[in-house]
Order: sequence, then structure tokens, then C-alpha cells
Amino acid sequence: MSQPIVDVRNLTKRFGDFCAVDNVSFHIQPGEILGVLGPNGAGKTTTIHMLLGLITPTAGSIRMFGLDLGTHREAILRDVNFSSTYISMPFSLTVEENLKVIARLYGLKDIPRKIDAIIKQLDMQEIQAKLTRKLSSGQMSRLTLAKAILTEPKLLLLDEPTASLDPDITHKIKAFLKEYRRSENLSILYTSHNMREMEEMSDRIIFLQRGKIVAEGTAQDIVSRFGQKDLEDVFLKLAREGRASQ
Amino acid sequence: MNVGRIGGLLSRHLYLYQRSVARLLEIFYWPFLDLVVWGFITIYLAKQGNELHGAVTFFLGALILWDVLFRAQQGIALSFLEEMWARNLMNLFASPLTVGEYLVATMVMSILKVTAVGSLMMLFALLVYSYDIFAIGMALIPFIFNLLLSGWIIGVLTTSIIMRFGQQAEVLAWGMVFLFQPISCVFYPMEVLPDILQHIAWLVPPSHVFEGMRQVLLSGEFPGAHLIWATGLNTIFLVGMVLWFYHTFNICKERGMLVRVGE
Repeated sequence: MSQPIVDVRNLTKRFGDFCAVDNVSFHIQPGEILGVLGPNGAGKTTTIHMLLGLITPTAGSIRMFGLDLGTHREAILRDVNFSSTYISMPFSLTVEENLKVIARLYGLKDIPRKIDAIIKQLDMQEIQAKLTRKLSSGQMSRLTLAKAILTEPKLLLLDEPTASLDPDITHKIKAFLKEYRRSENLSILYTSHNMREMEEMSDRIIFLQRGKIVAEGTAQDIVSRFGQKDLEDVFLKLAREGRASQ
Repeated sequence: MNVGRIGGLLSRHLYLYQRSVARLLEIFYWPFLDLVVWGFITIYLAKQGNELHGAVTFFLGALILWDVLFRAQQGIALSFLEEMWARNLMNLFASPLTVGEYLVATMVMSILKVTAVGSLMMLFALLVYSYDIFAIGMALIPFIFNLLLSGWIIGVLTTSIIMRFGQQAEVLAWGMVFLFQPISCVFYPMEVLPDILQHIAWLVPPSHVFEGMRQVLLSGEFPGAHLIWATGLNTIFLVGMVLWFYHTFNICKERGMLVRVGE
């Protein structure tokens, strides 16, 4: 087995008395899509923020590309990017200007050609010169995905990238991601509340509940282990059990 | 320190300013009004007699130099607010951009603002009031340099407070610098302050700049001692403030505040 792109061990994050992420360990192999499932407040986004160096873990280690995130932040983050429906980009800049700024922050070469390519790939020609404040939510999602892909990451962290999007755009984005993952051998950490999407996109899934991993494996493994009809039923069972035990 | 990343962040602000009339007006409107009002006050004082020797030169010179400090501080603090309002801090600090590069970019931004506003004010003062700030002579360069440093110190302090306390502290981006105005002796000599405030003022770098300015204009002497004090204090405070900013940044990362600032 090759060296994992991400190797997280005993990751813990406490905010005072509240434990948002509790002794979590997982890895992501090159070219693998790891789905992270869990109800709201399970610790998915906090885990992503720790992987991006935006939140300091209370305990545990994060290694990416064989390097420790705490001591090699710059080198690691050059090869990592993220996208989420919940993030924004400066509204007073055009789509193209925002992409140029991101490209410079990541030290890309041949920026105009790369921006042109990503604009074509994501079918964004019509909004290229548009102010970001005038974008619809679907266009905004494409922009945040474009900014993530533009930097040619080896690891992509996608936090509910299709939430609040219509089925057509969701379908296009998923198709693009699958093709891009195949052609670039990209590793992806993917969170979503859409169980069908998780089954479709993920090679492997970890299920987080109150900060802990309570299930791990392929979607089929998890469904059969819990004796449920599909992943959605597993989600409902675990989420309700979790709430009942609170 | 990566120059490309600093340039990248700088370009983000230049894109913003090139199409925002409101932001451009904000830079030029208040300095222009200040100059108009203080210009007429000094003309009035000059007509009343010679009790206040060199009033025009004192007030207009002080006003222009004060604006250097104010704009330098705003260059840092407003740059952070722009990122906060745009919810762009995550995009920046999840990129390879370092805290040091972020600070340098905002400092360069403040130099650009100071240059734009300062040039306009100097030109306006020359054309309307026949006031030439270069009458201060060679000392003008270290004066401006020191006020820039002082502006950065207050700007970094303001930014760290906003980062820590979020939107409720954003008013400090405009108000913080005025906390230092009374003890900076901008429009009056240090000797008019009560004893206790004189001791405090002595530790405030801009007070040495404005005292130095008055020394040049009154006696023509180069204010070497004041400049040494100003530069020494600025160096110590700037190093301390940058370390403080790193400390605050790390606290915000530990408490998960960096991803929530502005919410």
C-alpha cells in the first residue's frame, strides 16, 4: 500500500468542556474519495478546518504527503484546497479577478492559461467578467469549486459542496469531480447530508457522531453491518440513537 | 517571505479600490474636509495677530502629518475588515499565505494609501493656502517614516482586537487612533500637558515627531534627539506588536475563532 496522502491519528479538539472531535483517526490514499458522514455538530467541519490549519488541534497528529501539518504548513497547503457551499469570495471582485488572486496566493505559473482552462472546464465563460456579488448560488458554488481546482491540489476538501444546489448543477459538479479525480489521481475528503450522493461519490465512508467515528468502511459494508436497507437508514438510526443518548 | 503571495493579496485590494467609488471617496473626502476647515482656521488666526507665531505652518503641517499616521493605521485595519466583511479570511489562511506575508501586504497597502492621500493634501495645501510642507526640510522624510511605523503599530493592535472580538470591535478601525491623539501632541506642544501626561506622551513615538516638527519650524534645528526617540520607541513597539499579533492569531486558531470572525 502506498503512503497515505492524509494520515490523521488520535485527533481531538476541545472547546472548553465541549469535545467537538474526539480521538479520531483515519487516512486517505492517493486517488481515494473518503466520505465523512454525520449529523449536524458531529465534528465534520471542525475536522476539515483542522486539516486546513485554521483550527489548532487539542491533541493528535495530522500528516499530509508524509509531512506534519504543524511544522510544514506552507508546503502542505500548496497542494491542498477546499470548497464549500458555505464559504464566500470577495463580492466586489469579478470571477476572473478572484481566480487571479487565488492563483497568485498559491504561486501558480502561467495563470491566464490555467484560468481560461478552468473557466471552460466548469462552463463559466458567461460569468467570467461578472461581479461575484451578482452570482446565483449555483454560480457561486462553481466559483468556489473553480478556485479549489485551479490550484491543482493533490488533496481536495469538499464540505457539502452541493448543498442548496439544484439537481442539474449538482449532477454537473459530481460528474466533473469524478472525471477530475480519475484524470488527476486526486484525493478527496467529501462531506454531504445527501446519502445517495455519498454512496455514489465515496470509495470509503467514516461516520462521525458527537466527534467520534462510530462506523467505517465502504457504503455497502456499513449498510450490511447495521442491517439496514440503505445508507440513509443507517444515518437515521445512528443519528437518532445519538440524540437519544444525549 | 514570498513576494508573489504578498503581491497576490495586494492585487485583491487594488481590484477592490479600482472600482469602488465609495472607498476612494472615503480615502480622500475626510482629509480634504480637514484641510479646508483647518486651513480657514489658520487663516483666521493669522489675521487676528501674531500671538501664535507660525500658526499656519504648525496647524497645516501637523494636520498633513497626522493624516499620514491615520491612513497608515487604516491601511492595516481596514484591509482586515475588508476580508472579514467578504468572509474571505478562510480562503486566505487556508492558503500557503503566512501571517508575516499577510502583515507585510497590509503594510504595503498602507504605504499606497498614505502616498495617495499625502500627495493630494500637500498639493491642495500648496495651491490653496500657499503652504509648502517641504519647508520642514530634510527632517520630513524621517518624520513620515516614523509616523508610518506608528500607524502600523496602532493598525496591528486594532486588527488583533478585531480578530479576537469580531464585528463588535470593528468601530476601532476608525476610533483607535484618536485614543492616541491627545498624547501625541499633534496640535500643541508637550509642555501644555499635565505632568503625568507629559511622561506618558514621552513614550508615544508620534509625540516626538510633532515636537520635532515644531522644533524645525521654530528654530530651524534638525530634531535629532526627537527622531532617535521616535525611531527607537517605534522599533520596540512594532516588534512587540507583531509578536502580539502572532500570539492573538494562535489563540484565535486554538479557540476556533478564525473561522467564525465576522459572523
